[in-house]
Amino acid sequence: MGDGRTLLRDLPRLALLSLLGLIILSPYIWMLSASLKPTDEIFRANLALIPERFAAVENYSRVFAQVPVGRYLLNGVIVCGGILFFQLLFAIPAGYALAKLRFPGREWVFGAVMLGLLVPPHVPALPLYAGLAALGMLNTYAALIIPSTISVFGIFLFRQFFRSLPDDLIHAARLDGMSEGAIVWRVALPNAWPAATAFAIFSVVAHWNDLFWPLIVVTGTEYATPALGVLHFHTEEAGDDFAALMAACAIMTAPLILAFLVAQRRFVEGIATTGLKG
Amino acid sequence: MPDASLALRARSPTRRSEALGAWLLTLPAALSFALLLLLPTLAAIALAFTDYELGLIPVWIGLENFRELLADRGFRRSFFNTIIYVGLVAPLSVGLGLALALLIEAGARGRVFFRAVFFLPVVSLTVAMAAAWQYLLHPTIGPVNTLLRLIGVTGPAWLSSSDTVLISLAAIGVWENAGFNMVLFMAGLTAIPRELREAACVDGAHSGWSRFWLVTWPLLGPTTLFVVTITMIRSIRVFDTVAVLTRGGPNKASEVLLYTMYTEGFTFMRLGYSAAITLVFLVIVLALMWVQTRVLDRRVHYG
Repeated sequence: MGDGRTLLRDLPRLALLSLLGLIILSPYIWMLSASLKPTDEIFRANLALIPERFAAVENYSRVFAQVPVGRYLLNGVIVCGGILFFQLLFAIPAGYALAKLRFPGREWVFGAVMLGLLVPPHVPALPLYAGLAALGMLNTYAALIIPSTISVFGIFLFRQFFRSLPDDLIHAARLDGMSEGAIVWRVALPNAWPAATAFAIFSVVAHWNDLFWPLIVVTGTEYATPALGVLHFHTEEAGDDFAALMAACAIMTAPLILAFLVAQRRFVEGIATTGLKG
Repeated sequence: MPDASLALRARSPTRRSEALGAWLLTLPAALSFALLLLLPTLAAIALAFTDYELGLIPVWIGLENFRELLADRGFRRSFFNTIIYVGLVAPLSVGLGLALALLIEAGARGRVFFRAVFFLPVVSLTVAMAAAWQYLLHPTIGPVNTLLRLIGVTGPAWLSSSDTVLISLAAIGVWENAGFNMVLFMAGLTAIPRELREAACVDGAHSGWSRFWLVTWPLLGPTTLFVVTITMIRSIRVFDTVAVLTRGGPNKASEVLLYTMYTEGFTFMRLGYSAAITLVFLVIVLALMWVQTRVLDRRVHYG
């Protein structure tokens, strides 16, 4: 339909979309605006978005002085990277075996995968916490990474994807004398980049933003992830220093948003196709 | 693939090595599945019937935890708060998501741009955006109430009054989920053949409104049911905004299932009791997933 429309007839639709867009964007707009304002201007509660006196340098340097921003971001990268690495390491071979190989017990493994899809990650949290506590592993990267290393959803996704991989390709690789392990990484994976990218985006977004698990296994700042770091700063500030709090929020939100803006289509497709798991 | 299996049976040694290779490939996943998902889940279910506290030996107490849950006013509050929250977030964010998808798909201009704008909350750090919402909704210095003052209305203390706290959290929940639902609806809309709408137009459904009710809405029905259950499963997990903004307060007015489970288990260290709450949570999620599978079944027959 729309292609033939004149701009004039399209205007009401665009106006309505812009209005809704402004409402959706308002937390970001006000967050940025407050992060640029001196505190007294925020407490004067006027509706000016542009500050009378720019205090961006003060606010952001206050954040960097009080909050180990680099530490949190680095922790976020280590935890998300570690989780993704092990998820792929475990899920890709399993997905390949389920899709392309015949072995006794395959139905059982697949049944376990389907069953695992039903369980939200909050359910095994208590025993996992008790186990990590008993092993003296709380407050470590391992505690943040290990419980998420198995992704039944990842196994399921890769199995679905590998099923459409031509059998001839695998036979040819076998005739070349490749082992099944080599076939997984050197034949199957290079053909599965769309699935791998979608899964990577889904996984990183989920774990970068997760608060529940880091809150359980980490205390203090050393191993805090960005979500936990913002929560700590928020508790310390107790609503007194909105300018610095908003600056900190802007810093911690920026990496994923920038990545999203760069690879917008992949993000939307990645999360919409994989996020169906809920 | 009957021919493939025949070929494999004929070459038994190959088949055995294939099975061995398959098991080696599956082993890491199977081990971590058993250790990190299966056993802890079974343990959580078992713990729900014990009085386990960290460091102590669990004692089997049967249904005692559930009896206590039924009598616990705090838990009942938490349970019904969660239902109200889901009851607000699911229909509103599905409705808004559908409206956004229809608006965007109605023309070619601005498609990519607006999709990105509305999807932004899905990829944003919830904790940080919750803090931004706290500033927006601040009773005295927040832009929302400042705006209301301009038109002569005294806005409520959105997040610190027990009358409005759940509504405010639900509003943030709608804001978080609408863009996700929009993308699901956009996928559903592109699956509707364009000829159907054109045929309806020829048959006299000239206004976009009547075309929507005649063609789009009935064909979108299965997608809608699916999006509704997905949103319910997503929003029943509400935790981050409560942990940052209200901690269940004021006076338990925003206590929700996962937050109650968290405080009982990890603040008060009553792991058995917390496990019982987890089990209630799991049963609700499973019930919703069961509904969803039924919906999906129907969607398959529909096509």
